[in-house]
Amino acid sequence: MSKITMVEAVNLALDHAMESDPDVVMLGEDIGVNGGVFRATQGLKDKYGFKRVMDTPLAETLIAGISIGMAAQGLKPVAEIQFMGFIFPTMEQLICHAARMRNRTRGRLSCPMVLRAPFGGGIHAPEHHSESTEALLAHIPGLRVVIPSSPVRAYGLLRSAINEPDPVIFLEPKRIYRASKQEVDHKTPLLPLDKCFTLKQGQDVTLVSWGASVKETMEAASTLEQHGVSAEVIDVATIKPLDMETILTSVQKTGRCVIVHEACKSFGAGAEIAASLAEQALTFLKAPVERVTGFDTIMPYYRMEDHYLPSPDDIMKAALKTLSFH
Amino acid sequence: MEQKELNPIPIYQYLDAEGEVIERLPGWTEDKDILLGYYRHMVLGRQADAKAVALQRTGQMGTYPSCLGQEAISTVTCALMKKEDVLVPYYRDHPGLMVRGIPLSDILLYWGGDERGSSGDHWGKDFPNCVPIATQACHAAGVAAALKIRQDSGIAVCALGDGATSKGDFLEALNLAGAWQLPVVFVINNNQWAISVPRRIQSGAPTLAQKGVSAGLPSYQVDGNDVIALHEVINEAIDRARSGKGATVIEAISYRLGDHTTADDASRYRSSDELQQAWGKEPIKRLRTFLHHRGYWDEQQEQALIKEVSLQIEQEVQTYLNTPLPPVKDLFDYHYANMPSALKQQKQEAELRAAGGQSHE
Repeated sequence: MSKITMVEAVNLALDHAMESDPDVVMLGEDIGVNGGVFRATQGLKDKYGFKRVMDTPLAETLIAGISIGMAAQGLKPVAEIQFMGFIFPTMEQLICHAARMRNRTRGRLSCPMVLRAPFGGGIHAPEHHSESTEALLAHIPGLRVVIPSSPVRAYGLLRSAINEPDPVIFLEPKRIYRASKQEVDHKTPLLPLDKCFTLKQGQDVTLVSWGASVKETMEAASTLEQHGVSAEVIDVATIKPLDMETILTSVQKTGRCVIVHEACKSFGAGAEIAASLAEQALTFLKAPVERVTGFDTIMPYYRMEDHYLPSPDDIMKAALKTLSFH
Repeated sequence: MEQKELNPIPIYQYLDAEGEVIERLPGWTEDKDILLGYYRHMVLGRQADAKAVALQRTGQMGTYPSCLGQEAISTVTCALMKKEDVLVPYYRDHPGLMVRGIPLSDILLYWGGDERGSSGDHWGKDFPNCVPIATQACHAAGVAAALKIRQDSGIAVCALGDGATSKGDFLEALNLAGAWQLPVVFVINNNQWAISVPRRIQSGAPTLAQKGVSAGLPSYQVDGNDVIALHEVINEAIDRARSGKGATVIEAISYRLGDHTTADDASRYRSSDELQQAWGKEPIKRLRTFLHHRGYWDEQQEQALIKEVSLQIEQEVQTYLNTPLPPVKDLFDYHYANMPSALKQQKQEAELRAAGGQSHE
């Protein structure tokens, strides 16, 4: 078994999904001959032909709209939006149609599509390429929003997302596309959607994160360990619907929680988790829930992005703050 | 340059406003059953529409968009489709939906605020009503792409209004249909008004059909109140799509004789003179006159049809009115095939609330 990066794991998941199900098709800008700007679809056009790996005109609304049309007829389209910053034209199609096709027809038609997009900061990309706007999509009933944090989870979650009979927004943290390698192949298991993954067991504080921030969160947990603090680390993985059960069980044990995400602080998925903890775990909490997030500002251009993104040090300080609360 | 020189679009018409033949008739018009079929469906469509408005006015239905005046476009389009084709309608296609086999009770149920109106098996793979403007054009392109990829025999037919041609979704869908040679027909119901915005303000283009030219698509204008012209143009477009030659854009020119919806009052923005003139061109009277001239129709048949249609509508209305409310669990059961656990909790809460119990401990 060979070790591969997250973007290679995405490619492998797409390959295996197309291999196992002739109804799986792919579409997007530059995904065919070019193999995608991040090479996530490299080689797939040559293997499956242009009828299954389709270069579309430059039109994001259309990409989402035709995916809905295809999905309602029984295909399983996997659409790529080149960067999450270009996802906004798709919102009307996703909110008004994809998310509600099953409900408005009482199951007569459904929308088994996946919309993939690289997202997040940290790769020195131009303006509009680095935002984390996952909460916008997570607010919509009928959608699933899934975010992997490693090659193994990218493979297992993407395969499951493609099998899912409802629409899934699959957001790929591009900062860690090539940050690490793991062993992934045909035997790598499919992973459940709607479930958090506990990456590290701990007793003193629960650190909750997703996507690229899991990397900094794990680094913070290691440093805390050296200071004698045992942190439990949870990778949320599916932002919507949220698996609060895993988070609650952990917080009931540790009594403290730090939520880490790149997105703006206000009205983010972290706020949803904190509110649910207040509703359901108040008596277990030994300290206020902390959030370590991006600021409520526009994501800065890349010269300043390190000031925006949460660092391992920020996370560690927040964890220590919860530990020192009396 | 004269504006008419900018118009590259042919316009088709066989019957004038008085039902007089102004062009050599195509051979199929010798088959009176086709023409009588159109007539019956259009009469059904108009009576059903009037009943729907009356139901809304008496508080028995929600806001409803009348199709008064544009029955011909919807009827002919759907009559020329095969069962395996996929209709992607807009919200004013009630006569066509009935041609497709959708019972009037479903249409009333939908506008009466019940999702089950779009759910029955008789809908097949047809899309439900589309309320956002022009978004369905992309769905139709996607359906057509799916049919082509799977080598299925059907085609997609997309209906939309004149206002929809101003939106990007429409232009993006046309662009793709041209680039990918998709089996789809776009039928624009140009009823002259997008709520209060008239056609002349909607676009500087002399015709709406010519927007298809920029996408490389054959594009036509047709008198949308003339069933013979509609039949000719739509049938040819459907044949073209079915034989793998790609998409067509048809601008069918008609007039919205009613308000935009039952929540609208068109007298605020258009003159009674204009409306009166439009009544002179409406499609049902025009076809009836032609049928009379040809000896295909008489007053006795007309009265029998009116009676038959009234009875049918009354039965459908009763079916609609007698449909019980869905259970509260229906709010939750269809959002996801696999219901998330958080939603299961909210479902229990809603059922408890509906039963009059306490939803919070």
